[in-house]
Amino acid sequence: MVHWTDEERQAISSTWAEINVEEVGHQALARVLVVYPWTQRYFSTFGNVSNATAIAGNPKVRAHGKRVLDALGDAITHLDNVKATYAKLSQLHSEKLHVDPENFRLLGETLIISLAAQFGAVFTPDIQAAWQKLLAVVTAALSKQYY
Amino acid sequence: MYSATEKALIASIWEKVTPHTEQWGGEALERLFAVFPQTKIYFKHVDTSPGSAAIRSHGDKVMKAIGSAAGDLDNMLTTLSSLSNLHAYNLMVDPVNFKLLSHCILVVLANHLPSEFTPEAHLAFDKFLASVAAILSQKYR
Repeated sequence: MVHWTDEERQAISSTWAEINVEEVGHQALARVLVVYPWTQRYFSTFGNVSNATAIAGNPKVRAHGKRVLDALGDAITHLDNVKATYAKLSQLHSEKLHVDPENFRLLGETLIISLAAQFGAVFTPDIQAAWQKLLAVVTAALSKQYY
Repeated sequence: MYSATEKALIASIWEKVTPHTEQWGGEALERLFAVFPQTKIYFKHVDTSPGSAAIRSHGDKVMKAIGSAAGDLDNMLTTLSSLSNLHAYNLMVDPVNFKLLSHCILVVLANHLPSEFTPEAHLAFDKFLASVAAILSQKYR
C-alpha cells in the first residue's frame, strides 16, 4: 500500500489539471524513441520511426503518446490502488507486447523531462519528487504481472 | 562517437548554461536531494537546505567541470582525469548516483531551455553526460 502525503496528492493533481495530455504524451514518447533508439523496435507497425523528424510527424506516435497519458490519468484517479488498476495493462505488456520493464523507467524519465519543459519554474523540486514517486509506482504496477 | 550535429548541439546549449552555472547547478543538486534523498549522505558536512550557499557553490563547481569537458569533447579523458581520480580514490561516490544527477541536469536544461532542448539535443546531452559518468567511474576498480 503506497502512502501518499497530502502535499504529494496536491502536487500531482494540480499539475495534472494543467497538462496538455496529447502534447506531453507525444513529447515523452518521441523523446524515448529518439534518445533510446533501440526502443523503435517495439513500434515497427507504426511506419517510419527511424529519425527525429519522422518521429515528430508520425500520427501513430502522437496517438499512442496520448493513450499512454490517458492511462496515467487512470493511475492518478486511483492513487491508492494503482496495482489493481494496472493489472490488465501489466499482463498485456508482459504476455503480448513483451516490453522489457526497463523501458517503463525510460518513459518515466522522458515524461519528467517533458513536464519540466512544459511547466518551467512551476515544476519545482518538490513537485518533481511527487511525480517521480508516481512514475515509480506506475512502473512497479506495470511490472507486477511479469512473474 | 559524436556527430558534427551533436557536437554543435552540445556547444550551443552549453553556451546558454555558462552564465547560470551557479543557479542551475544549485538547482540540479536541489532536485537531486528532493527526488533522491539518499544522495544527501555525500553531503553530511554541508547545508543541503534549498537555496543554501554551499549547494549553489558546489553546483557551480560541478557545472563548470562539465563545461570544461563539453568544451573539448575529443579529450574528455584528459580533461576529467583528476576528477576521475578524486571520485575513485577519495569520494567513492556510488556510480549509480551519476545517473541520478545526470537526470536532474537534463530536467534543469528542459526546464530553462524548453525550445532549445529538443529531442535531438536531449539525445546528445544524454550521451555526453553518460560519457562523463563513465570516465568518473573508470578508476573505481
